[in-house]
Amino acid sequence: MSNPHTSNRIKPSARRGREPVRQRPSARAPVARGVFGHSANLSIPVAQPAEPQRQAEPATGKRPKPATDGAVLVTGVCGRLGRLLVRELHRTDRVVGVDRRSFDDRPKDIIHHQIDMRRKKMKDIFRGRDVRAVVHLGILHDPRRSDRERHSWNVVAFQKLLDYMSQYNVPKLVVLSGANVYGPQPNNPQFLTEDAPLLGAQQFGGMRDLVELDMLAQSFFWRQAETETVVLRPCHIVGRVHNAASNYLRLERPVMVMGFDPMMQVVHERDVVRAIQLALRPGVRGIFNIRGPGEMPLSHLIRQAGGRPRVVPSPLARVALDQLWRLRLSSFPSEELDHLRYVCMVDDSRARTELGYEPVHSISRVLRDVRRLRYQLA
Amino acid sequence: MAQRGSIVPFAGWRRTRLLGESPLRQAVRSIGDRAVRFAEEVVGQDLDARIAGIKTHPNEVGHDPFGFDPETSRYALAVAALLHRRYFRTEVFGIDRVPRGRVLIVANHSGQLPVDAVMIGSALMLDADPPRFPRSMVETWTAELPFISTLYPRLGQVVGSPENARRLLRQDESLIVFPEGARGISKTFDQRYQLTDFGLGFVRLALETNTPIVPVAVIGGEEQYPSIADFKPLARLLRMPAFPVMPQVFFGMLAPLPTKYRLYFGDPFHFEGDPDDDDSKIEEKVWLVKSTIQSMVNRGLRERKGVFI
Repeated sequence: MSNPHTSNRIKPSARRGREPVRQRPSARAPVARGVFGHSANLSIPVAQPAEPQRQAEPATGKRPKPATDGAVLVTGVCGRLGRLLVRELHRTDRVVGVDRRSFDDRPKDIIHHQIDMRRKKMKDIFRGRDVRAVVHLGILHDPRRSDRERHSWNVVAFQKLLDYMSQYNVPKLVVLSGANVYGPQPNNPQFLTEDAPLLGAQQFGGMRDLVELDMLAQSFFWRQAETETVVLRPCHIVGRVHNAASNYLRLERPVMVMGFDPMMQVVHERDVVRAIQLALRPGVRGIFNIRGPGEMPLSHLIRQAGGRPRVVPSPLARVALDQLWRLRLSSFPSEELDHLRYVCMVDDSRARTELGYEPVHSISRVLRDVRRLRYQLA
Repeated sequence: MAQRGSIVPFAGWRRTRLLGESPLRQAVRSIGDRAVRFAEEVVGQDLDARIAGIKTHPNEVGHDPFGFDPETSRYALAVAALLHRRYFRTEVFGIDRVPRGRVLIVANHSGQLPVDAVMIGSALMLDADPPRFPRSMVETWTAELPFISTLYPRLGQVVGSPENARRLLRQDESLIVFPEGARGISKTFDQRYQLTDFGLGFVRLALETNTPIVPVAVIGGEEQYPSIADFKPLARLLRMPAFPVMPQVFFGMLAPLPTKYRLYFGDPFHFEGDPDDDDSKIEEKVWLVKSTIQSMVNRGLRERKGVFI
């Protein structure tokens, strides 16, 4: 591995007189990080220039579009989801990525800024070019990070991003929230609609900043009427991503809480990418729940993913998980056990009618992709 | 099943677990099958055909979105059929009054344990033609109980929330609703067969989804577990809606007393109006339903000759 710090965007660009481009375009991204637990799922904002007419045109080649075109800015671009998204987007749009991490194997026409979203440099990205849309994937989910860092990343940085957006009149914002903001509750209706209250932080304080982020996006929706704000709330995103849900399904013997077998929804990462692309079309605004290919009981899901549930009584599971968490042997906080007890499923009828979204990946395909990574790492 | 000659201990057992179901699950299945066959002989009805005759709305992966599982429901129906025909010897009147399509079945609630829901459900499954598969709306706190929270959805029970009810009625399903809720089921013996306050939600729901309401009077439930008091501090401590003090339990009789159940299905109500009307307007309709059920209950009580016959 080349030292990522030497390939900072400032120096190469000074040397070559062009936008900072990472070398090693051939390296296939070894995305795999630790199997257990959430690896920091930072979403990096990618800016993509999406003009309505542009999308209809066939892609004219791999070269970046002229700088006059609006760009699509994608934050958190180096996450699995960000990479997938920009690979789709750069065919039709000019894409600008922002992430703290380096993006070694990106397509050549993607401009990547390896900066911290909280820094002033973010503003330069907006100032320098015409941004037609912002896709905010740069959200920190890692429960190991301190509350302070999560808050400054998820709330303060997002607030700044919104400020720049209103300052430079960016016409589109797509935020990837999640169905977790509704929170698993025993009194949840089987299918939550978009106007259900966001109670995710009621039992689990670690969700507070994610709920706040969702609320910020909602208030921006009303405050900034010129900007089309889209908030997507997908159910558990699985596939080759490294998030809690996928890591859980990858376990050989995932823990289930004794006496509980809630219905679960999962959605393939590529379906979420497609939903984001649909949300980038002009004229689309609002909050949309995103659902996968049907719901099934958790035990069936685990068995189909090739695991065997390990059934543990709830108090024991809680104590054990707390201990494992303290010893850094597990990256699931015990509050997340509620996901294994109560339903938190969403109704996607609005996404179907207004967004035109329909999940295309079948459940077997979804689980095959989840499983594939386990065997690679084994 | 053990693999002979293997030097790995439990190899055969491990293989069966990898290849298919665990021995425990197989045992449960064979016991369940036997129970179903036994119940079919006793009742004289083909229970599997009854289960197969109901209409559900599976999703893309073949599961019911609310968690209904025909496999588990077979066994439950076998138990319910035995209770219905033999233990409680239920008599059903006017079941043909239940209209086709979506319907709200509203009944008086009684008996500490929701046996009345089981009796109405099994009457609709066994006595109605074609069989109707009713869903009942259960208390939220049952979703917090281990095992119950798994079992109820598999039998088609749904946590009582207006959103769930709306969705099910739009799918033309039938719902059993007890508007008295926990107040009704945990009545003490001195208040037997006196209906407590009805919630208003069910009438709003019926107006919104244009659903007929079938009133049902359940006789026999109140005497199955006579309760002399509601021990409120303990209920609060255990986070239960009520903690009934039941003398029979002190004498070792855990099962309900074998009272004779009688179910009276009334003529359906078709209400019209604005679902968002004032409470006073809605209350009139609720009162109509409640007084109908109360008079059906009173008539049923006059007609019966005894609690156990």
